[in-house]
Amino acid sequence: MTHLSDDPAEEQWLDDEAGRIVRPYVMTRGRTEPSRGKIDLITLVVTTKSVSPAEPGLGPEHHTIVRLCERPLSVAEIAAHLDLPAGTIRVLLGDLADRGVVAIQEPARETDALDLETYKAVLNGLRTL
Amino acid sequence: MDSVRSEGEAARVKLPTAIKILIAGGFGAGKTTMVGSVSETRPLRTEELLTDRGSGVDDLSGVEEKKTTTVAMDFGRISIGDAHVLYLFGTPGQERFWFVWDELALGAMGAVVIADTRRLADCFPSVDYFERRGTPFIVAVNCFEGARRYDVEEIRMALDLGPATPVVLCDAREKESSKNVLVTLVEHAMRTRAPAQEPVG
Ligand SMILES: Nc1nc2c(ncn2[C@@H]2O[C@H](COP(=O)(O)OP(=O)(O)OP(=O)(O)O)[C@@H](O)[C@H]2O)c(=O)[nH]1
Ligand SMILES: [Mg+2]
Repeated sequence: MTHLSDDPAEEQWLDDEAGRIVRPYVMTRGRTEPSRGKIDLITLVVTTKSVSPAEPGLGPEHHTIVRLCERPLSVAEIAAHLDLPAGTIRVLLGDLADRGVVAIQEPARETDALDLETYKAVLNGLRTL
Repeated sequence: MDSVRSEGEAARVKLPTAIKILIAGGFGAGKTTMVGSVSETRPLRTEELLTDRGSGVDDLSGVEEKKTTTVAMDFGRISIGDAHVLYLFGTPGQERFWFVWDELALGAMGAVVIADTRRLADCFPSVDYFERRGTPFIVAVNCFEGARRYDVEEIRMALDLGPATPVVLCDAREKESSKNVLVTLVEHAMRTRAPAQEPVG
């Protein structure tokens, strides 16, 4: 079994046990890296345009993401809502970004440094929780 | 927020800045409890399959080995106005897999190490890690009933902490207490990191 077809019917031969591991693989057609750059757990995603349910190459999980991200959500939140590993979400997001359906926040900072204004805003926000 | 439906507008979407804070500590120290008490929703869970990108040499056999592990993390969200969103991640207690921590600590504003006074030594690995990495951190002493009461200076001595590292007592179940822990951490991170940055304005 080296070739995975696009046919969703193929999912039928997966048993429950294997499901958690194999299904994400089928959904992403074997790809483990997204077609975009680095996307980490707190990378934010927002839907920027609607997409037809018949759009070729998109499955139900893609459409769920489009619906969830009407308001900005992180990769971690999307993964938790879909109950899929974050790595699978990255690949699905790559598909959506390629079609211009979602906007993905700039790649994560390479350093830990934040500007003073960010610290101040977070402090004020926390104090008034 | 303005609706951003058309493709032309997509380029102008303004997303908030996402910020990450880690909640570390030994097994059962109260990490998930703290994430839950101060976040706007109950803790969510995400799984990440991580691969050690370093030169992984197996301790026993000496054979090169690529370590892969699935880690589950609890996390919560705190929206701060329209411009910022803070995510709290309860770190998994698998000290064996340092590369997991490296991945999580990258880009973090800071870390809270929860110390459980019944098992103080359990938080040593977290303290060591953040000290070595240079991540700003504070120690939050979770006060369980029936446990011996320590004062802050005793804890500081026991953990061999420098004078600049804040130590606070807390009850991870209480929102106000957890909030106070986070405020103390952010103030500390601002003090230690902000001066090293480009002068503002
Ligand atoms: N008395 C008291 N109990 C607490 C406090 N914080 C947590 N607990 C309890 O301690 C237990 C463990 O708390 P968790 O938040 O699950 O700890 P954790 O660090 O996430 O545990 P692991 O993820 O399993 O390592 C739970 O039953 C909590 O209700 C506290 O401040 N005081
Ligand atoms: Mg926990």
